[in-house]
Amino acid sequence: MSEMNEKLVFDKPESVIDRATHYCPGCHHGIAHRLIGELMDEMDLPGKTLMTTSIGCSVFLYNYLNVDAVEAPHGRAPAVATGVKRARPDHFVFTYQGDGDLASIGMAEIMHAANRGEKISVVFINNTIYGMTGGQMAPTTMINQVTTTTPAGRCQTHEGAPIRMTEIIASLGGTAFAARGSLDSVKNIRAAKKHLKKAFELQLNGTGFGFVELLSGCPTNWKMTPLQANERIQNELIPYFPLGVYKDVSEEGGVC
Amino acid sequence: MTKKPERIFVKGNEAISRGALAAKCKCFFGYPITPQNDIPEFMSSEIIKAGGDFVQAESEVAAANMLLGAGAAGIRAMTSSSSPGMSLKQEAISYMAGSEVPAVIVNINRGGPGLGDIGPAQGDYYQSTRGGGHGDYRHFTLAPGNAQEAYDLTIRAFDIAFEHRTPVLILGDAIMGQMKEPIVPWEPESIDEENGREWCIDGHESKREKRLIKSLFLAEGALAGQNQHLQAKYDAWQDLAEAEEFECEDADLVICAYGSIGRIAKSAVRKFRKEGKKVGLFRPITLFPFPNKALKDLAKQGKRFLTIEHNLGQMVDDVRLAIRTVADSDFYPIYPGNLPTPDELEEPILKSLEGK
Ligand SMILES: Cc1ncc(C[n+]2csc(CCOP(=O)(O)OP(=O)(O)O)c2C)c(N)n1
Ligand code: SF4
Repeated sequence: MSEMNEKLVFDKPESVIDRATHYCPGCHHGIAHRLIGELMDEMDLPGKTLMTTSIGCSVFLYNYLNVDAVEAPHGRAPAVATGVKRARPDHFVFTYQGDGDLASIGMAEIMHAANRGEKISVVFINNTIYGMTGGQMAPTTMINQVTTTTPAGRCQTHEGAPIRMTEIIASLGGTAFAARGSLDSVKNIRAAKKHLKKAFELQLNGTGFGFVELLSGCPTNWKMTPLQANERIQNELIPYFPLGVYKDVSEEGGVC
Repeated sequence: MTKKPERIFVKGNEAISRGALAAKCKCFFGYPITPQNDIPEFMSSEIIKAGGDFVQAESEVAAANMLLGAGAAGIRAMTSSSSPGMSLKQEAISYMAGSEVPAVIVNINRGGPGLGDIGPAQGDYYQSTRGGGHGDYRHFTLAPGNAQEAYDLTIRAFDIAFEHRTPVLILGDAIMGQMKEPIVPWEPESIDEENGREWCIDGHESKREKRLIKSLFLAEGALAGQNQHLQAKYDAWQDLAEAEEFECEDADLVICAYGSIGRIAKSAVRKFRKEGKKVGLFRPITLFPFPNKALKDLAKQGKRFLTIEHNLGQMVDDVRLAIRTVADSDFYPIYPGNLPTPDELEEPILKSLEGK
């Protein structure tokens, strides 16, 4: 077959910068970046986007997406994004946060941004662990999960139960959209993209706050191969963190 | 016939709020704490009327981080608080200094440490001038002594913030914030809100390179470079230091005091002058940069110094640093929790004047 007849079926989204990422092999942060990049292209967002990045393994997100960005202190991205959006209400503003960032130190900021109905979108990467600092317990760490600060496994009576953020966020008055997806399989990745698109649309048409949780693997700190990590998401995480749309004000009876 | 300037009778807190609106502040982020509540309360209606936005944040932490976001977007924005709340804002202030985000922050200093009281005090001087958050940084700190100056300095604070890409702190106290007095409001001639913002995040539809506002510098030497750049910026501010000198020329004793205490000390100086006693007042208006040169010039004239503060001795360190090769300063503390009067200052001033 000559080169002329070859059909390009897969390419890098324009909004994603052409460079190697710093993530570990099998890490799902890269997939999440790509989904955002694809949507940026499809929805013509880059020129009007102001991104708020946060602390954690994804701190270098601004090196991979071709949009203006401000770096927030640990957990404060929803507050920083609030300031950005209030200052420039015509722009598309989103945060990208890990579970330590969003569900621990930044719990107050995320709850109140959602409850105020800030017209921003939040991408929440739940890998049930603090990745960047070396695998300590996160608020989403599963019962019995071994981490560097729960060497005997997380114990509910001592450390509490893993927090289900999407369910909490869906219960708040200002939330327009809340959904949980997963990045472990092609099928789930496709569904995750749909959730992100919906959240972005609801910001762009001025409806309100959108929240998308993405179950993600951290093979390094889970001490697993990438494939084992995907299996863990399917067998252990999804049963506790069920996938689906929890609130969608654009659809009647959207809360399910 | 030129219109007579309007005079209005307002609290210092309102003077600050009105100054911010005159400076075209577009976003305000607040959280209640006494004695600064008049500011968010005033702003909650007036900034909306002026076409801006107001958010009552869930905490001072959030308010300061909202300010970081608005400033990074290149918008004139402000937050205000009082001492315990200021401690919480330090995280974002350090980030704003590190990523060179312009913003205005008001601290109506109350008594501390801890919950302290809601009365006036100057215990936050170190926090306000040393970089109260983590890392090697400074920011401009302005210390108005009355309501008119509060109005004027608030307008200036926004210009300084954007000209130097820095957070600017306005440091008042409960006396200044709560006392009502007449001010003559004025408006800056023109404020170009988009000019000089080639660094801010505003979307790159014009196809320029993307912009980053960040304080993380991991590459070898990058952070050292940023610190070097910041330090050079702070050093250059020394030329912008400002102080009021009152009856200093022939004074034997110069009282160093700022803000409300500077004003109270001025009354004491007036009284001594009537009695023929040669006392003057040196009142720093910029606490950072500290007016080192002007103070040292006075020291070279062989004057004695007495620093009076509403704390247990903080600015006195800066006074001593400024004059250390020439002279020293006595110190008189007004304990936070007490309200000073000009009469109360007479005895320590007399003692210093007589060199006791
Ligand atoms: C105020 C503050 N506390 C602690 C840290 C250290 N820190 C950096 S990343 C991180 C955890 C991030 O974990 P997560 O949000 O789950 O993201 P991941 O690395 O797993 O992607 C922590 C605690 C910090 N940078 N700032
Ligand atoms: S530590 Fe975990 S979250 Fe971080 S890059 Fe590696 S796999 Fe990804």
